[in-house]
Amino acid sequence: MIGVQLGELLDAPVPGVDEALDLVAGFDDALVHGFARLGEDRAMALSALAGALAATPLGVRAGEAAEKIIAGSATDEHLTTLAGGRTALFGAVHDALLTRLDTALGRTRAAWEESPSTTAPSADNLLSGCRSWLNELAITGWRGVGHDLVSAADQTIEALLAVPDLRRQAVLLDGLAAELRASSPVGTMDRLPARRWADLWTRALLLSRPGGGHSGSEPSGSVSGRLLILGVDVHEHGTAVQIQVHGILESAGTPPRLVRASVAAPKVDTIVGPALWRLLHRYPVLLGALAEQRSLDITDMPLLDSGDLVWHDDRAGAGEPADPFATARVLLAGALAPAVPPLDRHPVRISEPVLVEGYTTATEGGAVTLDLGGHILAVDVDRLPTCGPLTPELVAASTACLGLIRWDGGWTLQPLAVQATVKRKPVTAHNGDWALGPTDPKVVKAEAKAGDAVAVLRERAGRLLRR
Amino acid sequence: MNADRAAWEQRSALRVVSPVQPRKLAKVPFVELADGRLQGVVSSGSDIERVYVSSFTAGTHAYSCSTNNNRPCGALPSGSSPCKHLHLLAAEAVLQYGLDRVARYLRVDVGDGASSGADLVSRMDGQVERAPAAMVFSRFLRHLNYLEVPDTTVPIPEMHWFPALGAVR
Repeated sequence: MIGVQLGELLDAPVPGVDEALDLVAGFDDALVHGFARLGEDRAMALSALAGALAATPLGVRAGEAAEKIIAGSATDEHLTTLAGGRTALFGAVHDALLTRLDTALGRTRAAWEESPSTTAPSADNLLSGCRSWLNELAITGWRGVGHDLVSAADQTIEALLAVPDLRRQAVLLDGLAAELRASSPVGTMDRLPARRWADLWTRALLLSRPGGGHSGSEPSGSVSGRLLILGVDVHEHGTAVQIQVHGILESAGTPPRLVRASVAAPKVDTIVGPALWRLLHRYPVLLGALAEQRSLDITDMPLLDSGDLVWHDDRAGAGEPADPFATARVLLAGALAPAVPPLDRHPVRISEPVLVEGYTTATEGGAVTLDLGGHILAVDVDRLPTCGPLTPELVAASTACLGLIRWDGGWTLQPLAVQATVKRKPVTAHNGDWALGPTDPKVVKAEAKAGDAVAVLRERAGRLLRR
Repeated sequence: MNADRAAWEQRSALRVVSPVQPRKLAKVPFVELADGRLQGVVSSGSDIERVYVSSFTAGTHAYSCSTNNNRPCGALPSGSSPCKHLHLLAAEAVLQYGLDRVARYLRVDVGDGASSGADLVSRMDGQVERAPAAMVFSRFLRHLNYLEVPDTTVPIPEMHWFPALGAVR
């Protein structure tokens, strides 16, 4: 990304975004207080949300749903309809933002084509258990949530975790429930993450519809070729970790395209930092490529419509060393970006790989910004995972940065790798450098002192669980 | 300040649960602040098959220690002081959550100069009071069960709401 492109990205607010988010904020406020006690203002906010959808296929049903909820007779169907309306608004916001970003970067994006879907697995009892908990939350409102209401989801979540096809629901509900538990009684909280919890609630409700949550998870085919890694993004909550590798796939007969490969593993809160990689030990080829900066030769790897490879480590082989910065310099500008599945269209998912260089950095009160040709880009230095070597100081000392452009109320750069000068020596650091174990002697020592948390817990599980 | 608050409330990707600090898990594999107690599971020093469930209650500072089969800890006759399992629990809780958070939860006034689990225990003046071990033990098993759930390579887009964040600075 060069200065002119950044200028175009930041130039003037994207039209319509603020208006759409105002409607969402009204809905989110209703969820804070609960649909059982809306009051006049929040009732008007729900009507306004429904009104904004009037000209869409959801219009009539959204109007009815808002009316019934305001009248105090909310059903699962009404709540789901309004959740759909909120999702549609975010879909529009996502599209406007992503179009702005693609235009600024000159990035070409594939059009969405849905592969014919196979029948969804039926787990109707479990999903209806999710929905009744979510309905209860909405009627009560976040302010009324306490330990009893949070614990009511425990059994459902445990059962969801046991069903591989329902992992998305399980991980999402588990994350939400943990936040509510840690915040209980929510009524005593000084401020509430109103947008975030409404996002999670909406998402969970839509995923829990019968057959929900499968769009985009059907392989559109399989691919072979050379995968050049750009970097790795790490996602984590108390009981789950996911790595998402961004790369460019070169395969015969098609232009280079952006793809991702993900691995997610359940964990517990005491497994943190570099130990996270040990949870992913079943994928040595992928981890090795991250740690050693190698390309990967893949054969018949399933590719989803969303541009996600469904990773099979045995269908990948380590290739030649490949510097991610070189890959970005040579291939990123011309790579085809994947389409976004309809239900995933939410600004939080925007994570476009970019290479930024030729900037100067500034640090103020812990915040780091990049000045690129007179345009200022904020760096999200909170988002530097403890399982890798990147630090705010390293970013501040950097001269080139490979990262993801994100949007959460404003555009930011999330670093995945930097080239920096430390004590007059060039240093390069990537998020995935420690995928096969830490390489920094200080971190190795700290790890050795703390012992192998994963091994200890596995030993305890082996001895105590199956009796 | 109000603008900051409004911006925070309108963000999608936030840290809501404070992260825990890494610690050795060998002696005390499980610690939690839950159900109005600091409670956890302490591995027996002599019998690899045995674990103790130990707890301190918030407010009253009553303490309890028994095996997972509900036999009272032999080192804890009534009227005595907390056993070594309870001391270990307090020490590891302070490592995991920090002294302030544990003291706040238990409502202990630790005052200045306190830094360790031993300081925490010395500032509590509770009595032995049997607390149910079965519930804590089953929560521990549920905790361990996460490591038995298989990994997956089908992407979970929902995890974009849960970024891995750096240490609290």
